[in-house]
Amino acid sequence: MSNSDKTTSLEALFVDAFEAYAGNPPPANAPMPVNGLAPLNAMQGFRRQAIERFRELGIPSRKNEAWKYTHIPEALARGFAVSTGGSIPDPGAAETAQCALAGLDAHIVVLVNGRFASEHSLIGNLPEGVAISGLGTAASTHPDILRNHFGHYASWEEESFTALNTAFASDGLFVYVPKGKIIEKPIHVINLQKTNERLFLQPRHLLVFEENTQAKVIDTSCALTGDATFTNAVTETFVGERAMVEMYLVQDPGNDNAVVSTTHVYQETASTFTATTVTLTGAVVRNNLNVLPNAPHCETHLYGLFLPGGATQVDNRTLVDHAQPDCVSNELYKGVLNGRASGVFNGKVFVRQDAQRINAFQENKTIVLTNEATMNAKPELEIYADDVKCSHGATTGQLDPEALFYLRSRGMTKQQAQGMLLHAFAGDILNRISIEPLRRMLDERVTRLFGE
Amino acid sequence: MLQINNLHARIEEQNILKGVDLTVSAGEVHAIMGPNGSGKSTLASVLAGREEFEVTDGNVLYQGQDLLEMEPDERALEGVFLAFQYPVELPGVSMNNFLRQALNQQREYRGEEPLSAGAFLKRMKACAALVDLDPQLMSRAVNDGFSGGEKKRNEIFQLAMLEPRLAIMDETDSGLDIDALRTVADGVNALRRNDRSFVVITHYQRLLDYIIPDTVHVMVDGRIVRSGGKELALDLEKKGYDWIREETVAV
Ligand SMILES: Nc1ncnc2c1ncn2[C@@H]1O[C@H](COP(=O)(O)OP(=O)(O)OP(=O)(O)O)[C@@H](O)[C@H]1O
Ligand SMILES: [Mg+2]
Repeated sequence: MSNSDKTTSLEALFVDAFEAYAGNPPPANAPMPVNGLAPLNAMQGFRRQAIERFRELGIPSRKNEAWKYTHIPEALARGFAVSTGGSIPDPGAAETAQCALAGLDAHIVVLVNGRFASEHSLIGNLPEGVAISGLGTAASTHPDILRNHFGHYASWEEESFTALNTAFASDGLFVYVPKGKIIEKPIHVINLQKTNERLFLQPRHLLVFEENTQAKVIDTSCALTGDATFTNAVTETFVGERAMVEMYLVQDPGNDNAVVSTTHVYQETASTFTATTVTLTGAVVRNNLNVLPNAPHCETHLYGLFLPGGATQVDNRTLVDHAQPDCVSNELYKGVLNGRASGVFNGKVFVRQDAQRINAFQENKTIVLTNEATMNAKPELEIYADDVKCSHGATTGQLDPEALFYLRSRGMTKQQAQGMLLHAFAGDILNRISIEPLRRMLDERVTRLFGE
Repeated sequence: MLQINNLHARIEEQNILKGVDLTVSAGEVHAIMGPNGSGKSTLASVLAGREEFEVTDGNVLYQGQDLLEMEPDERALEGVFLAFQYPVELPGVSMNNFLRQALNQQREYRGEEPLSAGAFLKRMKACAALVDLDPQLMSRAVNDGFSGGEKKRNEIFQLAMLEPRLAIMDETDSGLDIDALRTVADGVNALRRNDRSFVVITHYQRLLDYIIPDTVHVMVDGRIVRSGGKELALDLEKKGYDWIREETVAV
């Protein structure tokens, strides 16, 4: 079978699944497609356009420059059933509890295979007007919010995976924080996976933080699954005027599972957005993080830490599109590659013509521990304004032999010395995590991975 | 304690040590002086186990064992300590954690229990006081942003913490002001013991006014070309190295 035949059949799988899904009434218990709901008539046809666009764009192959190092067709070739709902498997209380973060007092949202599982979620008390629920539920409880935000930031016209997700979007996380509200406790979303067949999952998240709000969101994965999953997640985040939002994405799906995670963030005046993306395991992990600070005086911080081993591929792609003046963006991605892992960092910063007085910094540092591991780093700055301060840099290398020798000369074994230095290297990101139970958990993971 | 015989070492095809002989007995202090680039730090590095240097001839006995066969960490556990000429900055590695690991590693090797947090803290304070090292530095990363003098004190502080049998001090005096020099020297003197030896590499006789050596050696071009009592250091200070070079050539 030629490569193109294979690709065609991959796309057909999704298109056929869509036809079956869109053409028939949904099975009992399945959520309605979000953009097919009656109150959202404005979006009717949207999902059909999306699947059409997906068909045109196709599953990205290695020939596509942006997907050169991340082998999606190979990951999909194992064959997956496209999840379109049905009843949610019950993961069991004990198993769910084990996916929580020790010592974290949070509003807990459990998604099982991308579906909001209210009976396992522990949302607790919320300030008046704040909503944390499934996106499917929100389509009927908050139709106006969906109408104003859903599909507005994630450009399905350009990205095949976003188009695909948009065509099937039916459930996921919904957060709505109205003007002036502060959520003290973090919102912890647990993406739980449990399936007996290979499943292609497409959670769709919408987070709307209106002006003068504050919130922190942690997104973790927890694979209880017996069989492999491929997750194609899309998150849209709106950060209103002077809002302060921190998002943590912790990817640990296990080395059998693949993830494509696309996040679009839209920032309004003087808002602050911080994203921290930590990737521990995965078969293939591709993160597209796109931020549009579309008003003056925005602050954007993007941090990443990827620590893959085995044959894991981690591909981080970020875009900060400075369309407006007087903003600051600061980006630091650090990685440690072990085994035959491959890493990609592609960070793009645009400074548009009218976006004067922008400070944009970007850095990627990777340590490659073996000869088999590979890293491709490509920081890109495109500047069209003249009064800006920008810098970018990427370094890939080994641990400093001088530092290793210094530690060994104090009695530490090679392994200990290496662990200590790697821990310090990762600590640069970990120490910025403002949620202590999360920081501690990740710190322990790093210790287990590398030693003290 | 230490017996170096005809030691030859090179790096990247360049011969640096060209037949070093040196014997240090327990409790002695030996000073090594010599012009820049003569191989003093190389000798210290080879003794501590830096892998970049290739030993091409000779041998080193340390407490009756073949030192060159041992890994750097094994040497440290057996009591060899190098105070670096250029201490390495380790951003992100806290002094506290670093010292605790290093110390417990030593204790484990000797079959001792790890120190309790309280005992460790007490020990740390005492050793820091010995070289007048600001205790605030304990909460920082190892050498990270330390001043030149602080780095040097930190080396001797670690020496005090780890209680080696053979301490090699590579230009610990460079970068120390006159008061600091005295403090550090006093600290080193307080650490002198019958079963602990010191090899002190220096360019300045001044240090040897405080840390009084049993023997002074002069290294030129990868060899120890002259050894004598502490007055040799005074001669060198006065006359420089050229007269030794000339004599060596004449011989
Ligand atoms: N890593 C290295 N690679 C190449 N050459 C080296 C290396 N380390 C040392 N050398 C060379 O070996 C020679 C001896 O250096 P060494 O540092 O031992 O001298 P030194 O006696 O300690 O000098 P100083 O008094 O300046 O500290 C020098 O010529 C130096 O350039
Ligand atoms: Mg030197």
